[in-house]
Amino acid sequence: MWTVVACLVPPLVLSVFIFGIQTLIITAVSVASCVAVEAATQKALGRRVTIGDGSAVITGMLIAFVIPPGVSPLLPVLGAVMAIAIGKHLLGGIGYNIFNPALLARAFLLATFPVAMTSAWLPPLSDMAIFSYLGTPIDAIATATPLAVLKTQGLGAFTDQFGVGANLYTNFFLGWRPGSIGETSGLLIVLGGLYLLYRGYITWHIPVTVLGTIALLSWGFGGETLFSGDPLLAVLSGGALLGAFFMANDYVTCPTNKTSQLIYGVGVGALTVLIRLKGGYPEGICYAILLMNPVSPVLDGFFKPKRFAPLQGGAK
Amino acid sequence: MASLLTFPKGGVHPPASKGLTENLAIEVMPVPDELEIILGQHIGAPCTPTVASKDAVQEGQVIGEVTKGLGVPLHAPVAGTIKALGMSGHPMRVSAPSITIQTNKEVVPAQYSRCDWQKLSKEELLAKVHGAGVIGIGGAGFPSHVKLNPPADNPVDTLILNGAECEPYITADHRQMLENAKEIVEGATVILKILGIKQCFIGIENNKPDAIKTMTEAAAAASTPEYTVVVQPLQVKYPQGSEKQLIQSITGRKVPGFALPSAVGVVVHNVSTARAIYDAVVLSKPLYEKVMTISGKGIKRPANLLVKVGTKVSDIVEYLGGVTPELSKIVMGGPMMGFAVSSLDIPVTKTTSSVLFLAEDEIDTTPHSQCIRCGWCLEACPMGLEPKEIALYVEAGRPQDTGQFGVFECFECGCCAYVCPAKRPLVQFVRLAKMKAKR
Repeated sequence: MWTVVACLVPPLVLSVFIFGIQTLIITAVSVASCVAVEAATQKALGRRVTIGDGSAVITGMLIAFVIPPGVSPLLPVLGAVMAIAIGKHLLGGIGYNIFNPALLARAFLLATFPVAMTSAWLPPLSDMAIFSYLGTPIDAIATATPLAVLKTQGLGAFTDQFGVGANLYTNFFLGWRPGSIGETSGLLIVLGGLYLLYRGYITWHIPVTVLGTIALLSWGFGGETLFSGDPLLAVLSGGALLGAFFMANDYVTCPTNKTSQLIYGVGVGALTVLIRLKGGYPEGICYAILLMNPVSPVLDGFFKPKRFAPLQGGAK
Repeated sequence: MASLLTFPKGGVHPPASKGLTENLAIEVMPVPDELEIILGQHIGAPCTPTVASKDAVQEGQVIGEVTKGLGVPLHAPVAGTIKALGMSGHPMRVSAPSITIQTNKEVVPAQYSRCDWQKLSKEELLAKVHGAGVIGIGGAGFPSHVKLNPPADNPVDTLILNGAECEPYITADHRQMLENAKEIVEGATVILKILGIKQCFIGIENNKPDAIKTMTEAAAAASTPEYTVVVQPLQVKYPQGSEKQLIQSITGRKVPGFALPSAVGVVVHNVSTARAIYDAVVLSKPLYEKVMTISGKGIKRPANLLVKVGTKVSDIVEYLGGVTPELSKIVMGGPMMGFAVSSLDIPVTKTTSSVLFLAEDEIDTTPHSQCIRCGWCLEACPMGLEPKEIALYVEAGRPQDTGQFGVFECFECGCCAYVCPAKRPLVQFVRLAKMKAKR
């Protein structure tokens, strides 16, 4: 668990230089409240307190990673209650939660604070003056995310604001654009994910199918005409990379069988593109994962490991 | 050298930890004052004692007979006097009926000489194997004469000797192969003659290059147009020495469900069992001694010992200079499949291949937590089972419904528990499930 935490630290550090100290405050509040809520819930339920296992810390970081950096620090506190108390421990604790707790928190916050959650985006700093946003009313500085611009104002406004070609991709890949902490630096997210792959903590099945499906479907249906969409942009924008490497393949809520995982990954990718292109929200991977989470046990029920030597008559 | 074979699905790579004993020659432990011989050493009904209290017995004399069903006779490991027919400690059954012999140290140890076994018929050879009390001493304790006489509708064409010794720490078979290669290979030819077949493979994991070399030389010397004995180096992967995995590695054949290896034309014996068959047939010496590994950081002097069956672990500990202050857990058998014991007052049986005295840093005492469904156990299971589901069903109070996950196909190798990041005792859950589930 702590390795995953370590993999999330570089994007967090970078985000401080992009959006200011605000991101660190939000993350600290989120992690602290997740750990506190976990301890309190476990005490209240009479269970062993397991805050040392790092799982609440990861949830705290991921909540901070998927909300706008300009929101009030009270939002992640509410998110922590939703994620840990309701989404995790009331469903049986670690291993028994159906939904990814961090994404459940995001969905909850998006429903309860729709304005803050869709508008409190900070424009990237150009001068590394990391304290400059402190104390400034959010309305004065808020901007819109690339996917929101693309969705509401169209491709013209998008290219005006974020550029075109290699310049655009580089900015997106490095993280200099409005967005949540987790959707900024694609580079560091991918590096963290590759490290987890290298250590054997995750496998390629879900990240590759999620990103592959997003790229393929965005290319096919994301443009003015068929097969004129921009697959690279689709993968680099929104929380696609964070979702693919750190959320869709969450052990607890994804299937365990490899075949199930491939189908699940395609499902997450397809739903993401569907929501982005046809749904009411500019970004879709959060709901895509939440929608696929309860399908995991169903998939695992269909696809069983190949038994070495099944007993005749013994198996039901 | 042929390419390295292995089984395709599952398996793990635990640290071998064999360095403590792999270079130590087998050492004969002096006979202790008293031996406790457990009556049920093999799979099948326990023996019935044929001696009474205060009887004098000779080394090699039968002291227990099989009265019903599957089984082999039991022999006195030493000359002495029967002290009692009572109960002894047992690693799995807590306690078990046994015969206690008071050693008579005046009597000279028995001597055995070669006989001309080539002239004997299959039936006579089988009778010798049975009469000498030979069982599968790799661990299962299945009577060897039964394996050597497969059902007529299952023609056998291949013998495999298991020298994989994939359990960490244990080096008993390794040392046997180095020191008794000729005897093992001659034992193999005895088995080939009994089975009436020509082909024998000896599977050895590649982390024992010296054993592979010694056994290859012995096999080459013994191979004739009549019999071919070939050493097959195997990839180092636990549980390479599991019967079904070993057969698949070497022959590519899959033993179905509850069937015996003879269903796919194979008979498997441990290398140490081949040695016991050599003793039984060539030397007419019954099986009452055992080479075992005593290892771990918790024992003063790790060793490979030749002990009499019935020697108590406490006597072994005393002989090896006692335990170290770091000792934290005692395991009979290997670290993957063995049983932790709470007493040293337990006698060695024909199937005890090791006693490990493990220090704090050699074991993991982290408390287990809930299953996080990472699926690592699915990847590790060589049988393609779902250990996590079995454990969840047991925890939920439904052990009787675990048949659907193949609980009876599990041979408790422990790969799942080894990889489990939540440290769940999956093998123990499986054992509980097996008690309650329906076949």
